[in-house]
Amino acid sequence: MNDSPNKQPHTNIDSTWLLIFGCWLLATTGTLGSLFFSEIMGLKPCILCWYQRIFMYPLVIIFLLGLFPLDRSVFRYAFPLALIGLGFAVYHYLVYSGYIPENLQPCGKEASCAEINLELLGFITIPMLSILSYTAIIVLLLIFRNRTQA
Amino acid sequence: MNKQYLVTTTGVLLIVIFVTSAIFYNSQKTSELTAEAQKNASALVRNYSPAMGNENAKVTIVEFFDPACGTCKNFYPFVKQLMAANPDKIKLVMRYTPLHRGSDEVVKILEAAHLQNKFWEILEETYATQSAWVKNHNAQPQILWKILTYSGLDIEKARKDVQNPDITQRIQQDISDANQLQVDKTPGFFVNGKPLVNFGYEQLQVLVENELRNNY
Repeated sequence: MNDSPNKQPHTNIDSTWLLIFGCWLLATTGTLGSLFFSEIMGLKPCILCWYQRIFMYPLVIIFLLGLFPLDRSVFRYAFPLALIGLGFAVYHYLVYSGYIPENLQPCGKEASCAEINLELLGFITIPMLSILSYTAIIVLLLIFRNRTQA
Repeated sequence: MNKQYLVTTTGVLLIVIFVTSAIFYNSQKTSELTAEAQKNASALVRNYSPAMGNENAKVTIVEFFDPACGTCKNFYPFVKQLMAANPDKIKLVMRYTPLHRGSDEVVKILEAAHLQNKFWEILEETYATQSAWVKNHNAQPQILWKILTYSGLDIEKARKDVQNPDITQRIQQDISDANQLQVDKTPGFFVNGKPLVNFGYEQLQVLVENELRNNY
């Protein structure tokens, strides 16, 4: 046995491992949450919602694989996805709050991206949740990279 | 605590939360929609609505349908089977919910057929030929008119009737009833005023069988 990160025993929980675990938790919650909105509550995802889903769902698998054993390069694979996802989330948020006019964004006729169909506690909207989870994932990944770079 | 244990427990926990909330949400939604349907009992069935089966049946299925909807077409034989399996105990009432583009014209044709007492024949013909007159989710009434030429429908009369404001008004009424009862997908079923929230053949069968048991 040597002590390289890839050969660490699975039983040992350290803080760098917890960072990726946190990312996985965020991605899984986001995935299940979005499925709850569309499949259980019947809210139709608009085009921009789909792009955000496309970049969130694979993170569940990527982070899970990166946890066993803890793989430093998980940053390389997950970070670009999270960054692009955040881009779509911010764009969606701007459309939602009216900074970008709806007719300039690529929504089909099926579900409008500008229509606000859910407000939890009166102010939490779906694009806001998306921005929060992508941002949290990005922050955790950056901390992870700084800790593992040494 | 080891890593696998932590990840497995968290995963299972998240799925349990998901399923529990889904069950909770559905039961909330069911009671909300049931209350809504009971409050607006008149919105469920209108005196002009096409109906099939024993008039005094104690179980009434109300179906909000769109003739251009593939699932409505697939459910139709199933609903008829349910009725055949319980002769004289079930009444079926149809309500127009034209959600597809062009469907509003098609439901007018059906209502014109209804005026000629040919609603059910023409509905079946319309479903049977659905793939011919629905293209890319757009209903094409002019194709349906051609298909119906030899269907036994008095086409000349029907052509006049679809212009009739009474028919338009009935359809408007159906659409506003559907909105009030929160039917935003077709087919939308109510069995004795209870909505089918969790959609599926089996779920519909269970709902109908419960009502049969409670009423016979």
